[in-house]
Amino acid sequence: MTFREAAKRAIRTAMKRDSRVFLMGEDVGRYGGSYAVSKGLLEEFGPERIVDTPLSESGFVGAGIGSAIGGLRPIVEVMTVNFSLLALDQIVNTAATLRHMSGGQIGVPVVIRMATGAGRQLGAQHSHSLEGWYAHVPGLKVLTPSVPQDAHAMILAALREPDPVLIFEHQLLYNVEADVDEAAPVDGVWHAAIRRPGERVTLIAYGGSVGKTLLAADALARDGIDAEVLDLRSLRPLDVPAIVRSVERTHRAVVVDEGWLTGSFAAEVSARIMEGAFYSLDAPVARVCSAEVPIPYAKHLEDAALPSAERIASAAKGLLAHG
Amino acid sequence: MAEFRMPSLGADMDAGTLVEWLKKPGDRVSRGDIIAEVETEKGIIEVEVFTSGVVERFLVEPGTKVPVGTALAILQEDGATPAAPAPSAAPAPAPSRTDAAPVPVPPTPAPAKPEAPPRISPAARKRAAELGVDPASVAGTGPGGAVTLEDVEGAVPRAPEDARSRMRHAIAAAMARSKREIPHYYVNHTVDVTPLLSWIERFNEAAQVPDRIIPGVAFLKSVALALREFPAFNGFWMDGRATPSSGIHVGAAVALRGGGLVAPAIRDTDRLSLVELMHAFRDLVARARASGLRSSEMSDPTITVTSLGDRGTESVLGVIYPPQLAIVGFGRILLRPWVVDGAVAPRSVVHLSLAADHRATDGHEGALFLARIAENLEKPEAL
Amino acid sequence: MTREEIRTLVLRTFARIAPEADLATLDPKADVREALDVDSMDLNQFVLAIHDALGVDIPERELPKFFTVDGAVRELEARLSKEK
Repeated sequence: MTFREAAKRAIRTAMKRDSRVFLMGEDVGRYGGSYAVSKGLLEEFGPERIVDTPLSESGFVGAGIGSAIGGLRPIVEVMTVNFSLLALDQIVNTAATLRHMSGGQIGVPVVIRMATGAGRQLGAQHSHSLEGWYAHVPGLKVLTPSVPQDAHAMILAALREPDPVLIFEHQLLYNVEADVDEAAPVDGVWHAAIRRPGERVTLIAYGGSVGKTLLAADALARDGIDAEVLDLRSLRPLDVPAIVRSVERTHRAVVVDEGWLTGSFAAEVSARIMEGAFYSLDAPVARVCSAEVPIPYAKHLEDAALPSAERIASAAKGLLAHG
Repeated sequence: MAEFRMPSLGADMDAGTLVEWLKKPGDRVSRGDIIAEVETEKGIIEVEVFTSGVVERFLVEPGTKVPVGTALAILQEDGATPAAPAPSAAPAPAPSRTDAAPVPVPPTPAPAKPEAPPRISPAARKRAAELGVDPASVAGTGPGGAVTLEDVEGAVPRAPEDARSRMRHAIAAAMARSKREIPHYYVNHTVDVTPLLSWIERFNEAAQVPDRIIPGVAFLKSVALALREFPAFNGFWMDGRATPSSGIHVGAAVALRGGGLVAPAIRDTDRLSLVELMHAFRDLVARARASGLRSSEMSDPTITVTSLGDRGTESVLGVIYPPQLAIVGFGRILLRPWVVDGAVAPRSVVHLSLAADHRATDGHEGALFLARIAENLEKPEAL
Repeated sequence: MTREEIRTLVLRTFARIAPEADLATLDPKADVREALDVDSMDLNQFVLAIHDALGVDIPERELPKFFTVDGAVRELEARLSKEK
């Protein structure tokens, strides 16, 4: 099934299982969702539980937070991470802080889903990858599915949490197809997953970058370099032990992140490697991030700005370079 | 500012005596000038300077013998002062001030730039220390010519494959380093352990089966207790000096079936009762032979005890496991004619040996330490 | 326990102590200290293993009777039948 279908099925399952769960957001109802994740759900559950909202991120994310405080289990869809900046105050100042500021009395069990990333020529203000910003904030949890199985499991896992969880779905993933076991346990999503075991270098990625990282690993294998691909899955909490364990084995790491290089989440991962595995490192940690420009509209420029399988493979080779 | 150091004038030279300075403070020197005469075992040798500049001051008086690498003088390097013109083919920039003593530019190359330190990856550095390899001597093949893990491992003849040959290799590296770096001295002693053995026999008759002890455990304890009074033998030689350890963690050398040995630590050996020590030792031997040791157990020992047990020879002289300071050896327990109260009697005796690092301790102290171990063995009830 | 079962137990115990030894070719009358390179710690482990398996307490001064496989089997058989 597709990534899109997996997400939809998870929402449907959750709504059937628990009457407190509902979906709200721009165009989630009659239009079926900007990325068609909720297509058909309005007919199935009615307008009380599939709620079209006005174009006001601050307003409807705030309403979602309020309903979560009031005892419901909202899934709020924000069209893209770019637009979530309008709701930054609600997410960072309210959702993330309330449990702490109320001395544990008030939790905000809201799930906020949004699309992220570039690659579809949607222009700068629809193409950025800002999940790393949210991963900076204590009080939030941040999940980044890379495969249909995780698109499904992460929604169910997020709804179990007593605190706000943000799920970043890369916009290029919705049509990706793979088998999904809808009955599989979902707790694993909080831990990094080795998507391909290898010996010589660890390629660390999450979300939309995992696919190209696997392609890079294939290319490296053709050159006789056995690369491991580690999918972080959860940016906060971050599975640091998994990162350290892998690098201790391979002695080299390339961190892939569609965010901009400066202040990227990749920088955080790199620092963790330094702290936890310095004496195992056989080369400096390398990063493959986006070029430091607003993501361009023109196809060739957009491609040039984003991490690619070629750039990842070449960064890995740089760490193994002889000479 | 540059230091002029006692040069190494041959691989076998450790120190040299400064015979005479041929320049004086304030003199200009150019790379290649003879600055001093140094006496070595090979005779008096004229020593060149490798820096161009001005002699600022001398640090060592003629007649002094100093190790290779010791700073002998301070030079003010050319180029360290802003006006010093660098010899260059490019047109000279307009001088910003008139130099009172224009330096004649010699037709020699520019003063050698200080060599950049070799790039060595953290993993390579760590592995090199484990293998006793100098990573700076290894040719780097990594990014930017950095020395990598592979380079270090490749620098050791034939990287071993299986665990057994890896262990052989580790022993080879550690023992070679020990004999290369540690000036061992040895003292020996023979002690009558008849009372100890009968005390153990009585102890074991009364003890539950799991609590029965073997003489080897008493040996470990006797060393641990003696170390409390002789802390100079307990610890490590690090950064050019002895660093005693606050805890006493005796490493018990365990021979492995099929070859090889390990000497893992029993932590706080001095604070364990004989029965606790027996349990710890038995567990350690079992795990050592099943390759189930923890890395901390391998790095913790503050001294090593090697005991040939009941199937060895009369005596053993150990090789110190670097960076430890000493190793105590126990030979096989043997029945020997022995003088007791003026008459010869058959007694069980054991030969003790101490090999210790002469940089840290001296023979007299070593003899007292060994005698103290022997006394502990003669009073088994105090163990 | 039959004599054969006791023999199997004794051999299995020595096999654990000296895993590299070929016990099929071990002379049952040979001194295991020589034949299997068994030291005092190994013997201590042997006594402990027998104690755990059979509840038999081998006093230290009787230990030499257990230095051969045949001897160990004979001694254990005698001790087990005495207990009955």
